[in-house]
Amino acid sequence: MVQQIFNEYLPNMIKAGLQYTIPIAVVSFILGLILALLVALARISQLGGAFKIVKGISSFYVWLFRSTPLLVQLFIVYFGLPYLKIAGIFPDGIKLDPVVAGIITFSLNTGAYCSETIRAAILSIPTGQWEAAFAIGMKRSLVLRRIILPQALRTAVPPLSNSFIGLVKDTSLAASITLVEMFQVSQQYAGENYQPLMMYSLVALLYAVICTILTWLQSYLEKVTSKHITAGEGGAN
Amino acid sequence: MLKLSHVNKTFGETPVLKDLSTEFPEQQTTVVLGPSGSGKSTMLRSLNLLERPESGIYDCDDLQIDFAKPITSKTTLEVRQRTEMVFQSFNLFPHFSVLQNVIEGPVHVLHQSKDAATKEALTLLDSVGLLDKADAYPVELSGGQSQRVAIARSLAMHPQYILLDEPTSALDPELELEVLKVLLAIHDQNQSMIIVTHNMAFAQRVANKILFIENGDALYDGPTDGFFHSTNDRIKSFIDSMTFSI
Ligand SMILES: Nc1ncnc2c1ncn2[C@@H]1O[C@H](COP(=O)(O)OP(=O)(O)O)[C@@H](O)[C@H]1O
Ligand SMILES: [Mg+2]
Repeated sequence: MVQQIFNEYLPNMIKAGLQYTIPIAVVSFILGLILALLVALARISQLGGAFKIVKGISSFYVWLFRSTPLLVQLFIVYFGLPYLKIAGIFPDGIKLDPVVAGIITFSLNTGAYCSETIRAAILSIPTGQWEAAFAIGMKRSLVLRRIILPQALRTAVPPLSNSFIGLVKDTSLAASITLVEMFQVSQQYAGENYQPLMMYSLVALLYAVICTILTWLQSYLEKVTSKHITAGEGGAN
Repeated sequence: MLKLSHVNKTFGETPVLKDLSTEFPEQQTTVVLGPSGSGKSTMLRSLNLLERPESGIYDCDDLQIDFAKPITSKTTLEVRQRTEMVFQSFNLFPHFSVLQNVIEGPVHVLHQSKDAATKEALTLLDSVGLLDKADAYPVELSGGQSQRVAIARSLAMHPQYILLDEPTSALDPELELEVLKVLLAIHDQNQSMIIVTHNMAFAQRVANKILFIENGDALYDGPTDGFFHSTNDRIKSFIDSMTFSI
């Protein structure tokens, strides 16, 4: 048994982790962050007119993904979309590879949460920063890019890191859409050797190792990005 | 020359500027005095279009703005390049070094080359006594140093007017003094300035003109001497209340 753990179970779980769990989490998080930034900017934008529709869609998207379970979202995208038959565009429905379905769902889900984090971080920058930048003649877009976002993203590093760590663990839900990631491999072994306690504990250990490493990275990143900026600075009041 | 004519501004239901008319002569220092809440900041911020009055005319040199009509963003940017604002709370950019704070506007708004902007910024930092802090970050500075950087940052934009809203109110007396010395030197170079302050001695020393605002309207608008020797009861009691006497 012990030998099998080290020769078979652990190596194969780690392999699934390197092949699916980590790449899916990383790719989804990057896509999610891009989406989150766009959505956050759309929601704080002061543009009126037709852009109000974009703001409306952004708010609706955030609401939708934050108020439904991730597992249900995965099921809809993987099992549900094949039944979405639209003549001319998708006559046979939308059939997605589980990896693609996973990445789409995880990106959309984490994008919704991260957009709120980024939006809150932008709003937390004192108005004095906007005013000082406006006073030297900067346009709103330039103020955002040069003054506000660099400070807001620093504020957002801790909560965004937490979201990423959460996402790594949430990828285990993809086992239910036939994706052979780490947790799915442990399930398969448990089904073969009738050692569920051992198999699930092993995979739990692997998640813990990954997340611990990420936590270390997080504190390093926080230290680097919070340089020069201490609490209360920034010209409040 | 900056000129306000019949300017009105309300916050919600409260009128803050009431039919205010005044002008700010070029190459001179206008000191704005008045009790707290009288509308001094609102007026100063209106000159930089950080605040938007509902009605009135604002002549910014040859540029005329009717507050009752929409203001194009081009006009807004133009006005903001002619007038620079120095805030009570400094509002330095904390993620930039002192030097980067000063060259941010020249490089990204005036599109000067980084080398030229840096050269001038170092001269300006030298003139406010902070050349050795060029590579420091705002968090490492005292309040007085921060405000002097903010002054250098506004000078780097070569504004026609510098607007200062209680620039020393957040500072201890000895730090206040170092900032006032810098302002005096700028005044002596005939830079047009509008300063809101509660420091009466400084006002008397530096002002070419006093604007006394009470309840959103100009109660006195004229030469410095005339203000400090005014026989108006309201002005006399204001000066008394602001001056230390036993
Ligand atoms: N953003 C605002 N919203 C509502 N009321 C404001 C705002 N800014 C200023 N006021 C009010 O306007 C009045 C004048 O304020 P201000 O111009 O700051 O006066 P001063 O600078 O002379 O102390 C005050 O009563 C203040 O409470
Ligand atoms: Mg004020």
